[in-house]
Amino acid sequence: MKPALLAALLVTAAFPASLMAQDLGAPIGDDAPVETTATDASQAQAEEGISFTVTDESAWQDIGIAIPAFATDRERATPANEAGTGALGREVARVITANLRNNGLFKPVGPDSLPQPGFTQITAPAFPTWSGQGAEMLVHGYVRARDDGRLVVGCYLYDVALQSELVREGWVVAPADWRRAAHKCSDLIFSRLTGESPFFDSRIAYIAETGPKDRRVKRLAVMDSDGANHRFLTLGSATALTPRYSPDYSKILYLSYVDGNPRIYVYDIGTGKQTLVTENRNPTIAPRWSPDGKHILYSMAVAGNTDIYRVPATGGASIKLTDNPGIDVGGSYSPDGTKIVFESDRSGSQQCYVMDADGKNQKRISFFGGRCATPEWSPRGDQIAFTRIAGDFNVAVMNTGGGNMRVLTRGWQDEAPTWAPNGRIIQFFRTERNTGRSGIWQVDLTGQNERRLPTPVDASDPAWGPIRP
Amino acid sequence: MNTKLATILLLASATGLAACSKKAPEVLPPAPTDTAQPTQPAMPAQPSGAQPGTQAHFAQAVGSSTTIYFDTDRYNVDSQDAAALQAQAQYFARFPQVTFTIEGHADERGTREYNLALGERRANSAKAYLVSLGVDANRISVVSYGKERPVALASNEAAYAQNRRAASVIIN
Repeated sequence: MKPALLAALLVTAAFPASLMAQDLGAPIGDDAPVETTATDASQAQAEEGISFTVTDESAWQDIGIAIPAFATDRERATPANEAGTGALGREVARVITANLRNNGLFKPVGPDSLPQPGFTQITAPAFPTWSGQGAEMLVHGYVRARDDGRLVVGCYLYDVALQSELVREGWVVAPADWRRAAHKCSDLIFSRLTGESPFFDSRIAYIAETGPKDRRVKRLAVMDSDGANHRFLTLGSATALTPRYSPDYSKILYLSYVDGNPRIYVYDIGTGKQTLVTENRNPTIAPRWSPDGKHILYSMAVAGNTDIYRVPATGGASIKLTDNPGIDVGGSYSPDGTKIVFESDRSGSQQCYVMDADGKNQKRISFFGGRCATPEWSPRGDQIAFTRIAGDFNVAVMNTGGGNMRVLTRGWQDEAPTWAPNGRIIQFFRTERNTGRSGIWQVDLTGQNERRLPTPVDASDPAWGPIRP
Repeated sequence: MNTKLATILLLASATGLAACSKKAPEVLPPAPTDTAQPTQPAMPAQPSGAQPGTQAHFAQAVGSSTTIYFDTDRYNVDSQDAAALQAQAQYFARFPQVTFTIEGHADERGTREYNLALGERRANSAKAYLVSLGVDANRISVVSYGKERPVALASNEAAYAQNRRAASVIIN
């Protein structure tokens, strides 16, 4: 307690009082949508490509994808890369290669071990060269700096054996957003080859952790889905926990001890201002957005008993959804907004329950032994991920009726799953025994391709936002 | 502010040393200080060394009873907890100007949000018991830290048992 206070005082000295009052760093500004453009590398119209369908997951793993450096029509200076648009084209291809490699479904070969195509080849690939490399799929693209300073990035996917174009798209981005074009291209390729919804162009809010186990500093932080564009949003003088991005990325809900008590704040990313989720003297925890962003769920303890409430995101009166002497906490909406899955210990231990969005028809769904905590409804609607506590803590999924439970991870303490926007991948945080050190991990729905996400410091409470517009 | 904190820290460590050298009193009121350091001038009816209304003074007076402990996932006050809370209640009756916070905690073997709710329940359980013993509810604040502030750092049952606690902390 006292060392934490002293640390807080030290931090105070370094920042203006107005910022310190809310433990907030400088705002990072609004999130603008990426403009889609016609790919203008060629006058040629896209022909109807031959349909390419993946019928079996095992088939994907053998797909060799060549991703050479993106070309540029004319070498120009850009704030996105000090070496110019040509070097930027290579970086874009590297980002796409890393994306496709890290999700485990593809075996991409990146620009550093491939020949570099010229600008005119982007729409007329040298297919014999690429089939000679053993590539089945070929990604081509270009980067062009417009006179207004913005960048046009074109992205093409070819089937090498069929020598045909499968899909193409282009985007206009500010130089600072060049990685988003690489993520959009990754999403285009991923979706075309798997039939799944995109997920790369998305962000993650989480808690960055530093310091010893009994004096852990916990800061609100955000990053892109691949760990790039990392930012700390709070200074660390107050413990921050459990963030959630709003569906439009304009706000983050999170818990802060900034006034000494656990309370939920709504942080506006554009203005850098934050407000209490509800004007109330009671502690509020476990914030969640409704899928349309119009409502917020929070849990509030009154005289020691925690129940779940709903409040309009714009403020106003709260409605109490659960009324039970047990701990009712959390809550995650079905994607259509009609139901909420939450956890309660009303039966004597933490179990998962589903209720209507107005709190009616509360029904326990977890009956497989052990405890069920932190349930999160898949964005696809068909599955619920949760923390299964049966000795160790592991991430598991079940269907919305509580059936077909499958444990996906085997750590000592894996908790708090969050879904990728396409409902195929789950992130969670894993805590080490004894040291208390934590990191964000992800695993796919088959339980395969488990990997740790790179973060600058220890990390917990990941919250994956939706696909960006 | 810094000086004051430093003072508290010094007093707290002094108390810690004292608690090592002799057994802390179990029950209030403590006897006049014939067992304290002989060079210390006796302050009748009060523990020596700390100002009344400080955490150090409270800890000197009630010893380990500043904190009560809970079983896994439980928040009930058992007979051992009741004895500790009775010692606290006597202290708070003796020093009616003192206000304090009950900090509720959980062990690390729980999910983060549930543990925040559980710590809240434990702190309120301790508060309700103190109120039933006559301590004015307006003197008691409550805060839950869930599993965020462990005192015992190992990952084993002995450490968890120390971390499942409600600690009374003097405010001023």
